[in-house]
Amino acid sequence: MSRHLRRFSRTERTLHWVNALGFFMLLATGLILYLPSLSVLVGRRPLVKDMHFWSGVGWIAALALVAALGDRRGLLRTARELDAFDADDVRWLRRRRPAPPGRFNAGQKVNASLTAAFTVLFLVSGLLLWLGERDTRFRFASTVVLHDGLMYAALVLLVGHLYLALIHPATRHALRGMTIGTVDEDWARAHHPKWVPDHVDGDRPRR
Amino acid sequence: MIESTPEPAPRRYGRGVFLLTVAGGVSSLAWGKAVWGHVSSAVSPVASSLAPFLPTGGWRIYTISGSMPSFDRATWRLKVGGLVEKPVSLSYDDLLALPKASQISTFHCVTGWTVKNVHWGGVRLGDLFDRTSPLPQAGALQFVSAEQPYIDYLAMPQARLHDVMLAYEMDGKPLPREHGAPLRLIIPEMYGYKNVKWLSEVNLVGDAGSGYWEQLGYDRDAWVGHSNGYGS
Repeated sequence: MSRHLRRFSRTERTLHWVNALGFFMLLATGLILYLPSLSVLVGRRPLVKDMHFWSGVGWIAALALVAALGDRRGLLRTARELDAFDADDVRWLRRRRPAPPGRFNAGQKVNASLTAAFTVLFLVSGLLLWLGERDTRFRFASTVVLHDGLMYAALVLLVGHLYLALIHPATRHALRGMTIGTVDEDWARAHHPKWVPDHVDGDRPRR
Repeated sequence: MIESTPEPAPRRYGRGVFLLTVAGGVSSLAWGKAVWGHVSSAVSPVASSLAPFLPTGGWRIYTISGSMPSFDRATWRLKVGGLVEKPVSLSYDDLLALPKASQISTFHCVTGWTVKNVHWGGVRLGDLFDRTSPLPQAGALQFVSAEQPYIDYLAMPQARLHDVMLAYEMDGKPLPREHGAPLRLIIPEMYGYKNVKWLSEVNLVGDAGSGYWEQLGYDRDAWVGHSNGYGS
């Protein structure tokens, strides 16, 4: 019988799903504000605008809360893993094989960095839009371009992410790691070989 | 004994990607709009085929209340009054019977987006003045929207600019509901919030007051590129 290895801690999974929930709330309310056809269909712009704003505030606050109350050391360890690209990661990016990944492959690391950067930029441009409506010193002609452009860029990442997590047969097993926390050892050996030998006894995580 | 070569230290690319992306994004506050102008004109033929899923042409629909006013051709009236000798109440058909003007102009929103080359059809304020005969003390116009409490004002010299129009047509079709059906003000020299939608009244008054957004801190004289913190 194949064993299961713990890939994501409870804190990491909570952070992921809080992030996903916040993103979809913001995407839904944002699209109503942004697309003329939806604006007309839904109406109630002042209400939708408030929902969008408070979803953004709630999103960042919830992420901060999970990080503060959860396993901070584990998160820092994961952040260091995502930051570090070894020789195989560089080979992976150059499409050279073999390039055995650790717990994350280089694509996942880049995705994580971009997602974090987009979060910061969404927050900055969103706050500038909000402040700019109240004070001309915070008003820049390009803020709305940045906020909208980020939405398009984030959608591209999201579509790729959803494809790999839900549809692509070779990778969709990873969803199990983000829901119940563990993945099949054989799958892990195939996709994250340098991570697996770290496990002494199978069902407990080393990192 | 085998001498193992030490593994080279991993490169910190993750933070590099993060910091470069944040820096690029923040710097785009200085160049984003100019670049987007080039990109959107290049992709607009593709984008227009994806209508209505994309904000084609770059329009955003801004409203201040819970629902948009609806237009009933049978009951709709434009009241023109205040400091005039002959107040009038025009039906939609009365409006269409006035001399029709057409123009192509660019629409600028104060939040940064721009729609180029919009085709407008409608009536000039001068033709309304001919019908109503403003009194000499009339120094400004108050535009009242059916979307309450939206109002705005233009000083008389602003209202007399050559391309100021009350538009009932947009891009060859009757003005759509979300753009202020059946009638909106167009003053291309000023930001969109002066271009009052869903017009129900035009009143001649002594002096320009503060419109809806001006009461919230926006400039009364909303010249494109020279107001609201831009170009000053």
